[in-house]
Amino acid sequence: MSSVEVRELTAGYGGAPVLEDLDLTVPSGSLAAVLGPSGSGKTTLLRILAGFLRPSVGTITFGDRLMAGAGPGHPHAFVPPEKRRLGIVPQEGALFPHLDVTANVGFGLPRDLRGRSERIDTVLEMVGMREYAHARPHDLSGGQQQRVALARALAPEPELVLLDEPFTALDAGLRERLRAEVRELLVELGTTAILITHDQEEALSTADLVAVMRDGQIVQTGTPAEIYGTPADLGVARFVGDVVELRGHMRGDVVTCPLGDVVVQPGSAAGDGEVVVVLRPEQLRASPADQDSATGVVREASYYGHDSMLRVELPDGSVIPVRIPGGERAPRPGDAVTVSVNGYGRTFPADSR
Amino acid sequence: MTLTETQRSSSRRAAVRPPRPLLLTGAVTAAVSVIPLVYLVVRVSEAGLARIVEVLWRQRTLETVATSVSLVIIVVIGCLIIAIPTAWLIARSAIPLRALWLVLVSLPLAIPSYVAAYAWLALFPGMSGFWAAALILTLVSTPYVVLPVTAAFRSADPALEDVARSLGRGPVRAFATTTLPQAWPAAAGGSLLVALYVLSDFGAVALMRVDAFTRVIYASYRASFDRVSAAVLALVLVGLAALLVFAERRMRGRTRRWRVATGTQRTSVPTVLTRAQIAIALIWLGGLAVLALGVPLYSLLSQMIEGARSQVDLAEIAVAAATSLGVSLAGAILAVLLALPVGIMAARYRSRSVRAIETFAYTGHALPAVVVGLSLVFLTLSVVPVAYQTVFVLAFAYAVLFLPKAIGATRSATAAVPPVLEQTARTLGRGPLRAWLETTFRLTLPGIAAGGLLVLLTAMKELPATLMLRPTGLDTLATELWSRTEVAAYGAAAPYAIALVALAAIPAWLLGRAMTRDVDTVVE
Repeated sequence: MSSVEVRELTAGYGGAPVLEDLDLTVPSGSLAAVLGPSGSGKTTLLRILAGFLRPSVGTITFGDRLMAGAGPGHPHAFVPPEKRRLGIVPQEGALFPHLDVTANVGFGLPRDLRGRSERIDTVLEMVGMREYAHARPHDLSGGQQQRVALARALAPEPELVLLDEPFTALDAGLRERLRAEVRELLVELGTTAILITHDQEEALSTADLVAVMRDGQIVQTGTPAEIYGTPADLGVARFVGDVVELRGHMRGDVVTCPLGDVVVQPGSAAGDGEVVVVLRPEQLRASPADQDSATGVVREASYYGHDSMLRVELPDGSVIPVRIPGGERAPRPGDAVTVSVNGYGRTFPADSR
Repeated sequence: MTLTETQRSSSRRAAVRPPRPLLLTGAVTAAVSVIPLVYLVVRVSEAGLARIVEVLWRQRTLETVATSVSLVIIVVIGCLIIAIPTAWLIARSAIPLRALWLVLVSLPLAIPSYVAAYAWLALFPGMSGFWAAALILTLVSTPYVVLPVTAAFRSADPALEDVARSLGRGPVRAFATTTLPQAWPAAAGGSLLVALYVLSDFGAVALMRVDAFTRVIYASYRASFDRVSAAVLALVLVGLAALLVFAERRMRGRTRRWRVATGTQRTSVPTVLTRAQIAIALIWLGGLAVLALGVPLYSLLSQMIEGARSQVDLAEIAVAAATSLGVSLAGAILAVLLALPVGIMAARYRSRSVRAIETFAYTGHALPAVVVGLSLVFLTLSVVPVAYQTVFVLAFAYAVLFLPKAIGATRSATAAVPPVLEQTARTLGRGPLRAWLETTFRLTLPGIAAGGLLVLLTAMKELPATLMLRPTGLDTLATELWSRTEVAAYGAAAPYAIALVALAAIPAWLLGRAMTRDVDTVVE
């Protein structure tokens, strides 16, 4: 299993570069997610890693093997996809429709390989598809096709597995189950894997390491908790979950905002003065209050069963989301409430967008 | 959903520049396809401007232009007059035996114009002239308008007509203001196909002795003293045909449906007809079927029976059929090979060079067969006399003429296979060529083969280029029918005519299916 190193990568399709000066490091054996909205360049990054596209500048290294770019003795190295020893699980599986499951899984194994059919059996067993060995792709459901696609990618024991939004086309329940299974399998095998996705929930719940992409660059890399808890900028904060954004005034490590004084996490981005303070809705608690001591008025309440979401209007006119756990009696529209804050806030410069 | 779409389109856009070997072979195809046209231009320009102007202003030239253009106009008008009520009856009314009528109106596609002309001549030997040619061409080309208009009527959103009714329009006005305009692009596209067909047709005008372009060009080639005027006329003909092809292309872009909303479209409820209306409708459709199908079939069969009483030389027919098959097979194989790089590139890469190659390779679409024949006669005589009147040149002519069919088949077959299969094969250790062979090619083979078959069958009924380019003594089904009809040996010609109709039925059936894709599923 090899690590993946991307250095100073610039790439595109002839016009303006889609990726510019991008760096990414994925340690050997980890499951990384590249998370970005559509148009951020994540598909281009996948094509570069797979070798379908040549970078114009920069280097790609798998372990100690140089895949593309300049290296010692190789001014313009480029390893074609078939020599990269990687497996790819495309969107919607993309099984070869003219081959049955066994032939699909065996596609990447040399014809004269010893123990070829045992290997096919083993990987089919891993993904729980052994009994479908002779089925045709069009007879399989979407989830089954994805399992076979994963088996096909894993059969030649690749050094790196690329998963290109493999769960997007599946329905919600199946998506979650398959995600967990795939994660378990990849961790067990210790394969380095990169999951490309636009779904923040998928990235946070599946990967050990998340790289957030925006406008052709990686803007933050970290564990899911780091990405969610200490986003690098306001854009990342908004992209990886619901946010409560308030104007505030920073002094020392306390910010004064419409919810009162909030302690700011050490090492927060902004200095003293006007700032944007960011909280997560689950950090807020709303309790009934009388008119005088209230911080705001409930304008809207949506009941979801496991929790309720309130929209509370503050005196300055801003409206913030507040999450109420399911067991509690939720305030009703028109009720005055006091909103209190648990934990730290994050601050960003007032002019950040 | 939108997100997946964008990503898919971006991964397709990703491959803008085609690999060099593909580009080079595609360029060869493009170069080969323009040879006849380029050589014709060279020959004409050699004659000098004064001579060209002199030929163009000759009384005879102007008469030819007038004849061809009026023939095109009359036939198009005739087709429209027949097609619109016919299409409405099939698409929108509760007429008995709808599915049968749909088949009957598309069948005339299976009758090559010279076979239809032969059949009418055999019944009425006195037929000749402009109006006779116009009648026959109208009868054989009506399906080009009926089928797309039927499809347009079927797919037009009935809700629009309902809304027009609710806003106070009567049934006829509601139809005329909502559904009919939706069918105009289809009617116009079909009319342009008819116009191109009539302009390039040789068989019907030649047998009916109408001095339209194709017959005049053929005659001056036969007379062989006035090469320049034949070449100039051929270029004028190409110019007119190119105009029609261009207009048809533009039209096709506009054949969009008027449906804005998403969701399933309701199918229209067929209009119930009164007894009297049904009677009139059946007389109309029946009369059409009798003229377009009944007369030719009756004529063919009666000639066949009459001919059988004298003698039918089965061996001779078999030889002609085998010859047709052999020459056409060579042409089809050549066309498929030439089409392969162009079709693949057209499906996968959208760069400017690819579009240029595709356009050049489609030249044959705008070249009437007479023109290709004439140009290749000149070319072989003056540049490669060894090749003059050889099977190779004939096969080459077929390949150039019918290359667009092969490209179309390769292109749509390739476009149906997602590129991700080939990419996945690459990551599983296959080089570019093997990845293509083991995935995309495997999956597109049936489509490409179907394209080849279409070229084969179309080439087997080709007449004018075959007449001009065939080696002396080589007879195909089409030329045998031609030479017998010319000397009024109608009985002896009948078996060839029947064989040709049988052959033409397959491409006609495919074409009819393509033109009405969603009609027959609805009608059934």
